[in-house]
Amino acid sequence: MKKIYVVLSVLVLLTMLVSVAAVSAAETGETLKIGVVSPISGSAALAGKYIVNGVKLLENELNAAGGVMNNGVLYPIEFVYEDNEAKEDITTNVYQKLIYQDEVIGIVGPDMSKCILAAGTIAQSAGCPAIGTFTTNVAVTQVGDYLFRACFIDPFQGQVAATYAWGEGYKTAAVLYNNADAYSKGLYEAFVQSYEALGGKIVETQAYSGADVKDYNVQLTKIAAAKPECVFMPNLLNEVPLQVQQARANGITVPLIGGDSWDTPEVAQVAGAENIKGSVYISAFSPDNPDPIAQKFVNDFKTAYNGDVPNSNAVLAYEAGAMLVEAIKNAKTVDRAGVRDALAQIEGLALPSGVVTVGEDRNPIKGAAILQYNDQGVATFLKNVNP
Amino acid sequence: MKSIIRKILPLIGVVALYYLIMYLKSIKVMNPYHIQVLMFAGVNIIMTISLNIVNGFTGQFCIGHAGFMSLGAYGASIVTTLIFGGFSVAPNLRIPVFLLGLLAGGLVAGAVGLLIGIPTLKLKGDYLAIVTLAFGEIVRATLRLIEPIGAARGMIGIPPYTNFAWVLFFVVLTLIVARNFIYSKHGRACIAIRDNEIAADAMGINTTKYKIISFVFAAFIAGVAGGLYAHVMSFIQPDTFSFVKSSDLLVYLYAGGTGSLTGSVLGGLLLTVLPEALRAFGNLVNWRIVIYAVTLVIIMLYRPLGLCGGKELPFLKINRKSLYEKSIFSRKTIHPSEISN
Repeated sequence: MKKIYVVLSVLVLLTMLVSVAAVSAAETGETLKIGVVSPISGSAALAGKYIVNGVKLLENELNAAGGVMNNGVLYPIEFVYEDNEAKEDITTNVYQKLIYQDEVIGIVGPDMSKCILAAGTIAQSAGCPAIGTFTTNVAVTQVGDYLFRACFIDPFQGQVAATYAWGEGYKTAAVLYNNADAYSKGLYEAFVQSYEALGGKIVETQAYSGADVKDYNVQLTKIAAAKPECVFMPNLLNEVPLQVQQARANGITVPLIGGDSWDTPEVAQVAGAENIKGSVYISAFSPDNPDPIAQKFVNDFKTAYNGDVPNSNAVLAYEAGAMLVEAIKNAKTVDRAGVRDALAQIEGLALPSGVVTVGEDRNPIKGAAILQYNDQGVATFLKNVNP
Repeated sequence: MKSIIRKILPLIGVVALYYLIMYLKSIKVMNPYHIQVLMFAGVNIIMTISLNIVNGFTGQFCIGHAGFMSLGAYGASIVTTLIFGGFSVAPNLRIPVFLLGLLAGGLVAGAVGLLIGIPTLKLKGDYLAIVTLAFGEIVRATLRLIEPIGAARGMIGIPPYTNFAWVLFFVVLTLIVARNFIYSKHGRACIAIRDNEIAADAMGINTTKYKIISFVFAAFIAGVAGGLYAHVMSFIQPDTFSFVKSSDLLVYLYAGGTGSLTGSVLGGLLLTVLPEALRAFGNLVNWRIVIYAVTLVIIMLYRPLGLCGGKELPFLKINRKSLYEKSIFSRKTIHPSEISN
């Protein structure tokens, strides 16, 4: 009798093993690699940290699911993280490495327009889809049909800022911008165009050059003298806190309006709550957005990274990755060309910042949130603006 | 016979190196990524040699060398992209246009080098360093404001004419020209200024003139290197040539060893390839730059004069014995008129 049990259990075990082997053999495809390019070191290392953390969250979700299912075949996904030091030439090196050495199916990042403008031609000529995360400059997707982005474009932000300022009843505005930075200049131009079209008046425009400027008093004194009703400062993350402090020191008490580069808790910490309160900025994403998908993302991020709240860098990196994964899922052929075609056809994909559709010019159509700093220097969700 | 071998052998070596790399590329051991890293290494080697002529051989301290590089990059790109229309150039005219662009880049950088060299090279030490630093920033700030070349956004659509063969060719050409300059009458005058400027002055050397000659010569080479760089990247932006670039070049120079062409080649090559090679340790990507910096500290601790400070490979040295034999001092009788020369 005992013998029969032994034989039976061996048989059962064998059939289980065979069936497991059969299932995995029939449904598992080759491992696909996705390249992730971000400034892990260098002047923008803070952004790099959020980008890597955002993509790692997606990686964990995919690992739990075993990969991406395309037409009944499960493809495991491997992420290759590379550092571009926020430099153009290093970005071209990284793109070459990911495309020709790691043979990735697509690239997420980098976050800076100037870097993807330098490296974009490499992805285009190799026919490898690349999705910039925070690359808001219009020229980025004009490099070719393999270039995409996860964020909205500069003119849209400038337009939102202008619409918001006019809607709040500000009849005059001043601008302080970095004329050496494509992002800052793009927002400035779009803001001026939209604001003047609405009937507003730009009373003072002040510019400075370079990321290493620490003293803005000359420009801010002139802005203070012009007595605007609001000041638009679409500048870089490391410049904004000093500008806010110095603006208040120069007697500028009117609301300050910023672009999505302000979207990091560190801005308020360095600038000081008493200086930054009342200021607003445009953001791709608000962690206070009551939408359930947004709330799930925020909670997962907090759990994974010691309560750290995700910023736009993290959300856009996550969404760029999610767009690529969605494209792999729907691709007619699982290769770079197939993924590119599927990327261009993404429609109504529900992501943390809202529903995303890839438009004609490979720019996503998605909403923008307006956030305001309160008395404690915490940015709170004010309202959502749609294109 | 021996001297012919000394001259020919290194050139054969270079050609063999080229074919080896092309072979490795054809059997897919090396991919476009490796080739591009080598091209950047080549451009950095040329820049380091150029900086070495000023800092290493003439003893001046230039810390704004990226300024000359950007002038060359923009000068060359204006010729190839704006004047000759970039990609619309007929295929058989591309090489002449490219070479013309590089020449223009070199000339622009050289001319500006002359212009700022005349007033500044009367300064010494720290003061010269500050002026060259300011020069680099002035170039960067000016380029940001010129709209036809893209201002702050940078210049796009530069045809990628530079390939590995051109980079290798210009590295070898720069080495030969630099070697011949250093061991010429002018070069030795520069070395005399470096070793002791007052003594050189007392010996009848016009120190300001030779300082300007070496400065303009170095600026020209940096301009050509900038032109090569622009045609690898096909996109240039003023901020690419910031003080960070200048200080990278100083690191290549001092890690390789000042006053040594071998050192410049080694410094430029190793320190360009090392940060990329460290990518092979996948999980260490966050530590890449830390390891790079620690390596630099170790190099400077164990080789305070740089990897090859003051030392040279045989073919980069002049044959002192043959120089002596040709000179008037090896002869028994000397005509008085020869001494006055």
